[in-house]
Amino acid sequence: MEACNCIEPQWPADELLMKYQYISDFFIALAYFSIPLELIYFVKKSAVFPYRWVLVQFGAFIVLCGATHLINLWTFTTHSRTVAVVMTTAKILTAVVSCATALMLVHIIPDLLSVKTREVFLKNKAAELDREMGLIRTQEETGRHVRMLTHEIRSTLDRHTILKTTLVELGRTLSLEECALWMPTRTGLELQLSYTLHHQNPVGFTVPIQLPMINQVFSTNRAVKISPSSPVARLRPSGKYMPGEVVAVRVPLLHLSNFQINDWPELSTKRYALMVLMLPSDSARQWHVHELELVEVVADQVAVALSHAAILEESMRARDLLMQQNVALDLARREAETAVRARNDFLAVMNHEMRTPMHAIIALSSLLQETELTPEQRLMVETILKSSNLLAALINDVLDLSKLEDGSLQLDMGTFNLHALFREVLNLIKPIASVKKLSITLSLSSDLPEYAIGDEKRLMQVLLNVVGNAVKFSKEGSISITAFVAKSEYLRDPRAPEFFPVPSDNHFYLRIQVKDTGLGINPQDIPKLFTKFAQSQPLTTKNSSGGGLGLAICKRFVNLMEGQIWIESEGLGKGSTAFFIVKLGIPGHSNESRLPFVPKVPGNHMPTNFSGLKIVVMDDNSVGRMVTKGLLMHLGCDVLAVGSADECVRVVTPEHKVVFLDASVPGADTCEVAVRLHEKFSKRLDRPFIVALTGNTDRMVKENCSRVGMDGVVLKPISVDKMRSVLSELLEHGFLAESQ
Amino acid sequence: MELNRLQRSFLEYTAALFREGFLDSQFSQLYQLQDESNPEFVVEVVSLFFDDSERLINDLSRALDQTNVDFKKIDAHVHQLKGSSSSIGAQRVKNSCVSFRNFCEVQNIEGCLSCLQQVQQEYLLIKNKLEALFQLEKQIVAAGGAINTVEWML
Repeated sequence: MEACNCIEPQWPADELLMKYQYISDFFIALAYFSIPLELIYFVKKSAVFPYRWVLVQFGAFIVLCGATHLINLWTFTTHSRTVAVVMTTAKILTAVVSCATALMLVHIIPDLLSVKTREVFLKNKAAELDREMGLIRTQEETGRHVRMLTHEIRSTLDRHTILKTTLVELGRTLSLEECALWMPTRTGLELQLSYTLHHQNPVGFTVPIQLPMINQVFSTNRAVKISPSSPVARLRPSGKYMPGEVVAVRVPLLHLSNFQINDWPELSTKRYALMVLMLPSDSARQWHVHELELVEVVADQVAVALSHAAILEESMRARDLLMQQNVALDLARREAETAVRARNDFLAVMNHEMRTPMHAIIALSSLLQETELTPEQRLMVETILKSSNLLAALINDVLDLSKLEDGSLQLDMGTFNLHALFREVLNLIKPIASVKKLSITLSLSSDLPEYAIGDEKRLMQVLLNVVGNAVKFSKEGSISITAFVAKSEYLRDPRAPEFFPVPSDNHFYLRIQVKDTGLGINPQDIPKLFTKFAQSQPLTTKNSSGGGLGLAICKRFVNLMEGQIWIESEGLGKGSTAFFIVKLGIPGHSNESRLPFVPKVPGNHMPTNFSGLKIVVMDDNSVGRMVTKGLLMHLGCDVLAVGSADECVRVVTPEHKVVFLDASVPGADTCEVAVRLHEKFSKRLDRPFIVALTGNTDRMVKENCSRVGMDGVVLKPISVDKMRSVLSELLEHGFLAESQ
Repeated sequence: MELNRLQRSFLEYTAALFREGFLDSQFSQLYQLQDESNPEFVVEVVSLFFDDSERLINDLSRALDQTNVDFKKIDAHVHQLKGSSSSIGAQRVKNSCVSFRNFCEVQNIEGCLSCLQQVQQEYLLIKNKLEALFQLEKQIVAAGGAINTVEWML
């Protein structure tokens, strides 16, 4: 600022110059006054500006300068001393303020500079934040894409769809030019192009798996940039343009066997597929990190989805296999059932068939024996008789055993004389034993009851078999038979620890020991003794018979009698002992109402004269009706034969004592008649006995009959004797104990 | 003697019938029911059987000829035939009835037809044989003898 030292201007000398100075001063003054006003205005407006004091100083400085220039206006003309004084004051003040301001500025300028740097710093920070925001946004985008891709991939369980979808979605998300998947072949030595994005039907390109580049990709789970000229990236005939960047990533192919329940695998599988992604050729795009991460995540997801698909396939296959096996099993079961049924039918028919001719042979040959024969002829006939007896016994054994195995054999329980049974067995065996010069002793304990309830015939069969074996296999010495009531200590067979027989009031356990001094048995052979058809030694004895079934049948019978049978021997040449225990009922204590206490009376006791006994026979078969009627008439009865259920109910009167219902008619009719007869004759005394005649001794039939209140069931064919005993039993006891 | 020869041939004939399975023990039971009060029992029963069987066999042929075969009815007929044949001991007839019923159960028409044929055959056979037997019997009775059945022991 130039010092305004103009004290005495010469007005008349340069009027123009004077005028211009005058005007300039005026404007300077104006400006000097308005600038502070503006400053004040703006300071007032902005609350931020921290240097108010400086501004005030500056303002004062400017104001004073302006004042100075203003006062200068008056100094152009002659002026009084006041003006000169004011002017001087103004100038002095101005000088003071401007110096103060100058001093002040020295302090202020560094501050101002630092403000500037801070501003720059903040701007940088803002730019950084922006960048980071951008990054997060792109990551979020990527995440969204991954989720969407995963969703697409995992929404299907079909292998091909999974892979195809992967490629499509990846292509879309990353705007790829081409995307391909190479799967390892069965041999594992090559990679085969399996899926591509744009080629519809990839021709079978293959690439050997041992390329270094491929190994490099397989060795890391990251996406790896590969050269566009590598064989896996050359999917089209090379074009004219620059191929874009190519990235490859491995896709682990997990096998089911990799999944153990307790121990997740660490992807230690050896099989990988290769996914190759190509950016569009002409763009200058580069693979960004987030895109690579996306690709890696997708590859993992694909692996999981594929394994799920594999598991599903496996489980479907297992289920199909199971169904097939079920079908096969069902078929086998049905075949087995058919076979069993066929066998049973066969047996049912053959039962009678086989016995009949045998009996014919036996009967006729014994008849023949009684005629006049030459000695040779007699010998021949005796041989025939012996052989046929053997054969008959064998047939019976086989049929019995089959019945036993079926489980359809039931014991014929009845009361019998135990002592007498032993005596009879002894009598039967004595002749043979004496021929072989063997002595037999029988000792029955004193507490053995005289009568017992059980299957007499079969018990005798078992005893005979065992004793017979003892005799058969002993060349010399003695055989001792001991029988006693088994107490608990004796009941436990060391070989059968699970056998816990408990005698009670109603039954006891009979224990029989047959000891012989015969050939003995090799301890190794003992287990085989009771198996069918197993002969323990080469039978050099000539009179061996039975074909090895005897002991097996005995075992079955004994088991049916809830007992045990076993043989002990110390070895060859040291003899053997057979033990068996059977459960027998005690007569007089029976709590089984189906077993009446009826000692078997000898057959001649039966009344043979039923004359006048009124009987009704119902049979819808005319021939059968006639036969049954004839049978009963032969026994002297007064028979009325009817052919239908209605007629039967109508015709029966209290005078009739027995009604025979032929149950060949399938099921319902006979039961219906029984029910109606019960209704008709409410008083027990009036009602005749109702007996069913049937060819079928099924348990069901018997149960049905007893359910509708029949008094008995008789098995056809009925002989005269059978009918006789049925009638006498009915009249004596009022019911039939067991089916005759 | 003539009577002896006749009796022997009777015995042989019946033995053959039993052996070949034409008859079973039920037939011999029938003879046991024949007594003074009922001297023609066996012949009567057998004639009844013949009539019954012929009727049933005709019914069966007719039933199997239908377009809609009623297996239930056929089964009922066969059941009847089985019953009658077992009542007199015509074993082979009875057995063929058994297989007939099996085919009925599975509704196999061819099987049924072949069984019907078999039944017919067996029936005709047993009819012939029984008629021959009765002829022999008549001759024996005419020659003054009697049938000795107790020793059939079947």
